[in-house]
Formats: sequence, structure tokens, C-alpha cells
Amino acid sequence: MSTDLGSKQNLIDEMLEVYPDKARKDRSKHYEINDENLINCGKCSIKSNMKSRPGVMTVRGCAYAGSKGVVWGPIKDMVHISHGPVGCGQYSWGTRRNYATGTLGVDNFTAMQITSDFQEKDIVFGGDKKLEEICREIKEMFPLAKGISIQSECPVGLIGDDIEAVAKKMTAEIGIPIIPVRCEGFRGVSQSLGHHIANDAIRDFLMGRRELEECGPYDVSIIGDYNIGGDAWASRILLEEMGLRVIAQWSGDGSINELAIAHKSKLNLIHCFRSMNYMCTTMEREYGVPWMEYNFFGPTKTIESLRAIADRFDDHIRDNCEKMIEKYRIQMDAIIGKYRPRLEGKKVMLLIGGLRPRHTIGAYEDLGMEIVAAGYEFGHKDDYTRTFPDLKEGTIIYDDPSAYELEELAQKLDIDLMGAGVKEKYVYHKMGIPFRQMHSWDYSGPYHGFDGFKVFARDMDMTVNSPVWDLLKDPQRKAVSV
Amino acid sequence: MSAKPEIADFNDLFLSDEYKELLERKKAFEAPCTAAEVEEASAYSKSEAYKEKNFARNSLVVNPAKACQPLGSVMAALGFEKTLPFLHGSQGCTAYFRSHLSRHFKEPVPAVSSSMTEDGAVFGGMRNLIEGLENSVALYKPEMVAVSTTCMAEVIGDDLNAFIETARQEGAVGKDVPIPYANTPSFVGSHITGYDAMLKSILSYLYERSEDVAASSKADFAKLNLILGFEPYTGNFAELKRILSIFGSGYTFLGDQSGNFDSPAAGEYSYYYGGTKLSDVPKAASALGTISLQKYAVKKTLEYIQSGWSQQVVSMPTPIGIRATDRLLAAISEITGLDVPKELTEERGRIVDALTDSHNYLHGKRVALAGDPDLLLGLIGFCLETGMEPVHIVCTNGDKEFQQEAEGLLSSSPYGEEGQVHIGRDLWHMRSLLISDPVDLAIGSSHLKYAAKDANIPLVRLGFPIFDRHHMHRYPIIGYQGTLNVLSLIVNTVLQQLDDQAPEYGFDLVR
Repeated sequence: MSTDLGSKQNLIDEMLEVYPDKARKDRSKHYEINDENLINCGKCSIKSNMKSRPGVMTVRGCAYAGSKGVVWGPIKDMVHISHGPVGCGQYSWGTRRNYATGTLGVDNFTAMQITSDFQEKDIVFGGDKKLEEICREIKEMFPLAKGISIQSECPVGLIGDDIEAVAKKMTAEIGIPIIPVRCEGFRGVSQSLGHHIANDAIRDFLMGRRELEECGPYDVSIIGDYNIGGDAWASRILLEEMGLRVIAQWSGDGSINELAIAHKSKLNLIHCFRSMNYMCTTMEREYGVPWMEYNFFGPTKTIESLRAIADRFDDHIRDNCEKMIEKYRIQMDAIIGKYRPRLEGKKVMLLIGGLRPRHTIGAYEDLGMEIVAAGYEFGHKDDYTRTFPDLKEGTIIYDDPSAYELEELAQKLDIDLMGAGVKEKYVYHKMGIPFRQMHSWDYSGPYHGFDGFKVFARDMDMTVNSPVWDLLKDPQRKAVSV
Repeated sequence: MSAKPEIADFNDLFLSDEYKELLERKKAFEAPCTAAEVEEASAYSKSEAYKEKNFARNSLVVNPAKACQPLGSVMAALGFEKTLPFLHGSQGCTAYFRSHLSRHFKEPVPAVSSSMTEDGAVFGGMRNLIEGLENSVALYKPEMVAVSTTCMAEVIGDDLNAFIETARQEGAVGKDVPIPYANTPSFVGSHITGYDAMLKSILSYLYERSEDVAASSKADFAKLNLILGFEPYTGNFAELKRILSIFGSGYTFLGDQSGNFDSPAAGEYSYYYGGTKLSDVPKAASALGTISLQKYAVKKTLEYIQSGWSQQVVSMPTPIGIRATDRLLAAISEITGLDVPKELTEERGRIVDALTDSHNYLHGKRVALAGDPDLLLGLIGFCLETGMEPVHIVCTNGDKEFQQEAEGLLSSSPYGEEGQVHIGRDLWHMRSLLISDPVDLAIGSSHLKYAAKDANIPLVRLGFPIFDRHHMHRYPIIGYQGTLNVLSLIVNTVLQQLDDQAPEYGFDLVR
């Protein structure tokens, strides 16, 4: 182990000393420092997808957040019932920025909070009757809704409600698919099980249920793009420009029909592997649809991905792809020419869900920035094995770090930019560390594709180089300790 | 700076022809409704027939203007010095409370969860609670941990008292760390109920565990206790403190979250800022009395203070407007025996002057209001004294008592004649009201923006949460000074609308 790696290990050990024994032992298994060996083989020993220790201020959320917030919520022509008490739906109302076209409340129901608002009597006597009535009332209030999903909150699974029976009965009665989803927040250890449960519900109730009028040789589906700030649109435009036909978007700006026809794709393209890989393997197994991962963050990775996608088709697509790359390269060079000198060598730390900590590495590197520490809220082993090879030696990789750990590391590593979520954001503002929300794109975006990279570069620059950080240096005080 | 390359973000990018065509092509796979169907359904949703059906809803709730209990308990906990909010239940709840409050205040919100999972449903959450206390005290070094519950712990019936006792016996947490707790099921009441439960628990716990209440000094007996309640305006704390210092009265805030929700960016982060000193709580029992600037949000707390501390309690809804502030100052004067200072009387005159300057843009303006009960009563009062006419009042978390008080207030003035109070209704009901009986202004939280947009009515953001405007919570809305801020917000919205809609000849320079 080189000195650098050794000193980083010491840093982690010292940081974890404050924990009580049991938690310290557990937390130390969620760290690993990247080295040559790991870069080459990716076979890491970092622990992941395990329970968070109680009381540590984990950044994680729950299964409901994974299902309603991530996978189902963006399906725009369905009404998603937050089934249970009022809070869960209230806190996840309109905050994720999964854009969709349509008229809100008429044929698009994404930025709405539809809830059964459980009261004590519903807990005592059960909520099934109420759920039936809610389905009828949804049909009355939202006649154009093409389906309903029932997103279970904690109490539903604890009081023994039979939402499956209600869904079956009401599907027959009102004539649109009603899909029960058992994503109670106590299931699993993070949002991740919620993604899986949501995927299973798509598989059981919608996947493969409809036909595509005309199939073509270039039909593909975008899987695992939630259209944050329009990401999926900025991706779709590239796929279409090289001659592919995108027949489905799962699930950003998605529709129930797209969920039901994606199995007709010639190739499934998966962006967020963590939240939707289950569906790719399912469609491969049941319909023989091959799938591949791609990465549309930053020009280097986008170009690499576009070529890899084109390679799955013919010369016609490959030619289009090269022409398109040439066209955009000029724009990308201009962006890099402007922003790289301003961002070169800046040190970045990331903690995001299950994909972006690895997928955005290339975009930062295109701007000359360096990832010094990265990790996932809810990544699994297969995410970590994909991560080590993409990072430099000496990078600290962590899993489900507590707020305390992140803050300690950020200071010790003297970073120039932190990328995480809204719960973390304002802590770093106090510390004078530039911060970008990497879930919601900090109310900006898109970040995917060539159009998205322009915005990404602009945003990283405005945050890292804003003069506001200089104002923290109060002339009345000798030094600001960071 | 060098020349800027052209960069279009989501605001413009997708309006280009390229993207418009792309979105049009996508429709082929969406099996979308036809434009005619959408138009028809859209028109139907704005019809009287739809409104009737909307108001006939029994079970479905759409866009409610309320959150759940433990969100309030987190805010209550953060009103006390070095206090860590601890939520016993599933961990996702805590992530939601933290983000929700952060989005409003643009501040960090420290809170931990006991992270219960499926096995907790079988075996109960005791081990989670004990380990959670041990870990959180080691990491975040609070002086107090305020425990409240989320749904899971409530449904399975975890016994907080016994669990905390066991944690102490096992040595997971020292005897010196106070751990008040409150049951805050999300299927009862709303965020204000949870605020009340946690505040009451903290006050009674700190009072009862204190051994030397008698040690209160002479100064403590001359102090006044203040409660602001579930208070989303940090500026209101500063304003009330200013008023009290002008009075020259000693005071104790029972819950002051303004430090935590308005901390400085100075190069370091310390988890805890400001808050009511724990040692001040037992002393507060000896105070002259308690004035609460919310009624409905702190019902149980006020009952406790009245009976447990045998103290004079005066409560009022959020004091917005001249008369409400008069009442606040009268209450302070009455309990402390201090006269209302000249400085405040002069301030009153200046704000009344401002109201006279603007009255012609307010008079007869029909408004719709949505929010928490105490805020609504404050706003109704302000409207009535300035000649604005509250028409639709939606209070998702309002009870019968609130309704009676609001209706009484409305009937006290000719400007309240049209006012209808809708308790237990949501913002989808409000949408129907705004469309079928349009008003000039809607006043409420950011969540009201959808209904206001559908009805093409300008929205004045007042209340909680405000996610899409910055810093509004830093300015007070109570007292004379706060009244000026509310007035400015409203009158300048009216004036902006006049400009936006002015005919060419009427685009006036002076208004």
C-alpha cells in the first residue's frame, strides 16, 4: 500500500473512531480506497445494500420513495395514489422534476399529490373500502386517466389490507388497469427495494400487454431515464438523429402504453442500471430483447456510448452516428474550451443514489475535474464493481455514509465541489464548499446528451467559481476555518 | 469574461422546433388522448358540474394543504438548544422531513431515524431505538434528544417510555441527556398537531425533571413566555424579539427555531444554532404568563401551561394587521404591566400611513386564502381591515372550532359577507372554487400555484411551504412591521398585474 493510500485509510479510521463499537465495525466495511488492483478487476470487498445503522443520519430514503418517487411517479397518464397517511405523498409532490408533456390534472398527473389520507379509523378498520371508493372517485375526477397505481405506505402492509383484491375488483369495475404496489417504506434497506418492487409490478401488470402497430429494425427503448429537467428528451434526440426509433421511455415522460410495448424493442438501452436493470433482464428472458448500458453524461462517455449503440446496428446507423458526433464535437469543444480552464484540477466529492456517482465521472473529467471521493446511497455490489475501474487510484469509495462522515471527508479532502442532495446542500453552504444538487440538477438541466453537457458545464462553473464563496472570508476575522 | 457559448437549458431548449417535433413524434407511442378529448376534459374540469362532483368526493384527497405530524415534531425539537430530533420508525420519513423543511428554509435540517425495517414489524423497534440513541449521541453530541414517532412505530404500538428507559439501563445513553418523547401518528391531525405534541412533551419533561424550580431568580418571575408555534417565518422571531426589547420586557421563547433555520455561512457547520435554552424551561414556569401567537397549532401545550404551570395564558391567531398587532401589544402590556412604548405607537402610525397610501389598490379586491388555521385567521383579519374581501377560504387541517371562529370574524365586517370557510377540503377543491367564482388574488403556499395558474389568478405566497421563492421566510409577517411586508407583497402584486394587463394608453408611470 502506498503512503497516499495508507494516509487515506488512516483518515477513514480516525473519522470512524467516534462511533460506538458495533456501528464502527459496520461502517468500516463500507469504505474502500481504490488501487491498481481494484481498477483492473473491479472485484471490491466494500459492503453495500445493507441496513443503515440507526441514528447515524443516513442520507437514504425508503421503498416508497423508490417506487412512487422514482419509477412509477413519472408515468404521466396514470394516477398514482399515495396510499396511507398524508405525509409521504406531500413530501414527494412535485419535487423530483421528472418533466412530462400534457395538461396537468387532465391528461398528465405527475406533479400532483393524490392520497387516501388515512385517518385513525382506516388504521383500525382497514382501508380497502376507502381504496375502492377512491378508485371510483379518480375515474370521476380524472376521466382521461389511463390507469391507477396504488403506492403503499407503511401502515398498509402492517394492518393487513388486501390491496391486490381491491385492485382486481376495481380494474374490472372501472375498466382501466389498477396496479397494486407493495412498496411500504419499511421494506428493504433503502429506495432500492422500492425500485425492484416497482419493476416487478410493471412486469406483472403491464409489460408485454400491448402490441406495437408497426415494428421496425431500429426500434429501441430508453430504460431508466426519469427525464429530470428533460434528460430523456436530450437523450432521445441523439438516438433519433442517428436513425433509431425510440418506442418507449421508462419512465420519464412515460405513458402506460410505453410500459406495455417496450418488449417490442430490438434493443433496450438502460441508463439508470440500479433502478431498472430488473426489467432489462426480464425482457431479455421473456422476449429475447437484448440490452446494453449506456452513459450520456459528458461528451467522452456520450460519444463512446453512441458508438457502442450504433455498433449494435448497421453501417447506415454507424455512418449517421459518426456524422452526428462530428457535428456536435465542434459545440462540445467550444464548451470545454470555455469551461475547462476555469475548472481544471478542481476536486469533486459525490454522494448520489445508485448511478450518477459513476456515470458523471466522465463529464467531470471532460472539464478537467477530479473525483476524490464517491459513493452511493443505495448501490449494490454490481454498481461498485462498475465504479472502481472508472476512478483513479487513491479515490475513496464509500457506501451509505452518514452526514457526519461526509462532512468530515469533505473538509479533510479539501474539496472544491460537493454533489449530493437537498438534505446535504445547505450544510456545505455553511462550510463555504460549493455544492450542486445532483438529484434534481439543482433546479436546472437537462444534463444528459450534448445539449445537457452544455448546461452541466455552465452549472458546475457558476457554482465552483461564484464570487459568493469569497464573501465567507470575513475581514474582521483572522481566518475562516474549513 | 470571455464570450459566452450559446447554452439553452430546460427553460428554452425544449421550445425549439427540433424538440417540439421530437415530442410530437413521441406521441405515436403514447396512445395519447386526442387533442379534442383533452380539450373537452379540460373544459369539463372547469365546469359547474365538475365542481359539484368535486365537492361530493368522500375519500379521494387531491393536493391537500397539510403535512403529517412528525414534520411538526421535528420543527418543535429544533426550537431548543442543541436538540437532535429523533424519529422512531422507517428511515424514509426522516429523509422526507429533512428535505421538506430544507426546501422551505434553504437550510440544513439535522434529524436522525431509528431506521426500522421489516424485522421491526415482527420484533418491535426497541433494538433500533436503543442503538439509534447510542449512535446519534456519540456522533452528533446533542444536549437533548427529542423522540417522536412515524407510522410504523405507531401502528405496531412501540412503547417509547419503556424503550428509552431500557436504553438508559443498558447504558446506551447517559442519564444526563434529557429525552422527551411524543407519539405523533401521521394518521391523526397534521403537522401542527405534531408540533403541539412535541412542544408539550419537551416543556413538561424539562419542567418535571428539573429539581430546583424554586431556584428561579427574581428576574425570571418578571419575564414573559412567548410561543410562536409551527412558525415557518424566521423573521417573525426577530420581529417579536424586537417588539419585546422595545417594551423592555424580559422574555423566554418556548421554542425558537429561528437559529437553526437561519444560521450564518461562516466557514463551518455545527448542527445546532440558537434555540431555547433547556435550563430556561423550568424557570419559564415561574414567568408572569405566556402569550402564544398561534392558537390552533398549540392547543395541548397551552392547556398544559395553564394547568401545569398555573399561569395566565393568552393566545391569538397569527397577529397580521394593525388591530391584531394592537391586541398583541395590549396583551404584552397587560401581563407585564408595561405601557405600550411610544416607539411602537409611532411605528403603528407609519404602517397605518402606508395602508392609507395603498388602500385604493386593495379595496374591494376579492381574495382566496389557503393555509394553516392560525395564519388564515390572521389573513382574514388583515383583509377585513383593509377593505379586501376574503371569498374562498380553504383549510385542509382546520377543525369545527376554527370554522366557527373564522365565520365569526367574517360576519363581523361587511367585507366578510361573501366569505366561505371550507375545512377539510384540499387545493383541488380550491381549484374549482377559483375557476367557478374567480377572485383577484390567491394567497397561500407554493402548493397553491397549480390551482392559481389553472384559474389564471395571481398568487401571493404566504405560509408554508414556500419552495419556489427565496428568502420570504426571513421577513416578518407579524406585528406592524410584518403588516407592512404583507401589504407590500399584496399591493405590489396588484400593481404588477395592472402593468401586465394595462392597455397601451393606461400603462401608467405613477400609480
